[in-house]
Amino acid sequence: MSQSVESRTRIKSERYESGVIPYAKMGYWDADYVIKETDILALFRITPQPGVDPIEASAAIAGESSTATWTVVWTDLLTACDLYRAKAYRVDPVPNVADQYFAYIAYDIDLFEEGSIANLTASIIGNVFGFKAVKALRLEDMRMPVAYLKTFQGPATGLIVERERMDKFGRPFLGATVKPKLGLSGKNYGRVVYEGLKGGLDFLKDDENINSQPFMRWRERFLYSMEGVNKASASAGEIKGHYLNVTAATMEDMYERAEFSKEVGSIICMIDLVIGYTAIQSMAIWARKHDMILHLHRAGNSTYSRQKNHGMNFRVICKWMRMAGVDHIHAGTVVGKLEGDPLMIKGFYNTLLESETDINLPQGLFFAQNWASLRKVVPVASGGIHAGQMHQLLDYLGDDVVLQFGGGTIGHPDGIQAGATANRVALESMVMARNEGRNYVAEGPQILRDAAKTCGPLQTALDLWKDISFNYTSTDTADFVETPTANI
Amino acid sequence: MRLTQGTFSFLPDLTDEQINKQLTYIVSKGLSANVEYTDDPHPRNSYWELWGLPLFDVKDASAVMYEISSCRKAKPNYYVKVNAFDNTRGIESCVMSFIVNRPANEPGFLLQRQDFEGRTMKYSLHSYATEKPEGARY
Repeated sequence: MSQSVESRTRIKSERYESGVIPYAKMGYWDADYVIKETDILALFRITPQPGVDPIEASAAIAGESSTATWTVVWTDLLTACDLYRAKAYRVDPVPNVADQYFAYIAYDIDLFEEGSIANLTASIIGNVFGFKAVKALRLEDMRMPVAYLKTFQGPATGLIVERERMDKFGRPFLGATVKPKLGLSGKNYGRVVYEGLKGGLDFLKDDENINSQPFMRWRERFLYSMEGVNKASASAGEIKGHYLNVTAATMEDMYERAEFSKEVGSIICMIDLVIGYTAIQSMAIWARKHDMILHLHRAGNSTYSRQKNHGMNFRVICKWMRMAGVDHIHAGTVVGKLEGDPLMIKGFYNTLLESETDINLPQGLFFAQNWASLRKVVPVASGGIHAGQMHQLLDYLGDDVVLQFGGGTIGHPDGIQAGATANRVALESMVMARNEGRNYVAEGPQILRDAAKTCGPLQTALDLWKDISFNYTSTDTADFVETPTANI
Repeated sequence: MRLTQGTFSFLPDLTDEQINKQLTYIVSKGLSANVEYTDDPHPRNSYWELWGLPLFDVKDASAVMYEISSCRKAKPNYYVKVNAFDNTRGIESCVMSFIVNRPANEPGFLLQRQDFEGRTMKYSLHSYATEKPEGARY
């Protein structure tokens, strides 16, 4: 043997020769792949760079989100590497759009740590989104296998238990966000909480960016808000609550605030999506342990969920948050001021509330999903909605939702109580009409006018906001419907 | 005060015709219905007295209406409510609840405050009516 040791031991297999070979040839593409019941599935919308084959781009995404790096590594051969390679198994062109493809990718369950959203996302949305071979990339949907879901706690409380604790059945919950968002002193803040709840709402809410600023430190807010909650509860003989935002700079601060919210008797506390997946899971476990409802404000989501070609669809956030264990999540209003195509919103709501969902392409649901008895997350509809839209809200969003009117309560000319009462009366009259079998969507405006005959504040609200609508075209729309859906 | 528990408490008291339409809805959805009454309307009083068992497999709203009327007749000065239950997997709970009778006079609740250090407060609700013994409250 005259060869050097390096040449004698060099790997002979074509697949493992050093260098760069296409991902599809490395084993990240398998058109005949048979999906296992325990696989995690992901659907990406891929916009390949000009000249890049869509199959190769899909294989590259599968590779980079699982085991691959840009070149061949011999250390693969020390592992059961075929198992750990994610497999792109199907690529479809996106209907009516040039140069975009839907890539289906399957991941073995052992690629992921049990019960960890952080670990799941480190793979699925870790490096791949900056990958040069694609111009843009969007995570559209995921299928979570039952085996994997069973490693997550799920919602701390869930819709059904929340209704029992709150003693509210057969209608949407009603809420409002304290306005102005910033600047009120603790005492003035608690006034808004009291007035809104006394007028007939179930919940008031801290806004996403109210934490502990110089104008109002958090203890002030908690103490005055609870005075408002309890006073209003006594005046109505009803259970009421205020979402106390415990979002803070560190986990230690958040636990301290959460403990205090419990100590002052709150039934619900609140966090923002920006605290991160790990912090959210920690708070969900804390909430389950302390019988606390956990509200999540989706602060920040539109930075990556709104544009169709890049980022991730909000329905994936819905899935992760149901697993992570929150009880409420803002999920769109259809008719309000914020982004929301009716079919897309329906898909989000179904993802949060159903025990099982089928494939429903118009709603953007690419996979059938069994939720493995994880509890139901209550969607929250907030942002630019008012009493005059009650028939549309009930029609689009159903009973299992928190309808949250901020400006639509606090902006009422006769005061916050009047604004709250207008919303409650509008809601109850609409639910009654629906149950009576009336065509409440068509007759909605008349039903509201009739209800206003015995409720002055509702008449005032209807007169004031009669012309307010936010009729803009959504950016995130279904790819599988013939004609775009209108917002009204 | 007006106790606003239940779905339709912000509307004028329901007429029997309106109640009947809601019962028809309950029956059409295949839900079971029951009637409960109490003279202790504290919002955390989870267990109002049962007026018999829930009516399962009820085919006719008038059967529920009959129980409402009997309960009202026997307990005219009590709160009476109708609940509907859905036993679908994943729900298995009450899905509708509304008051169909209330006492002529509703004295309401006192908010009791107990001061602790750091301005923390323990709150409790006290129903004025429950100062009298059960059955003699309204």
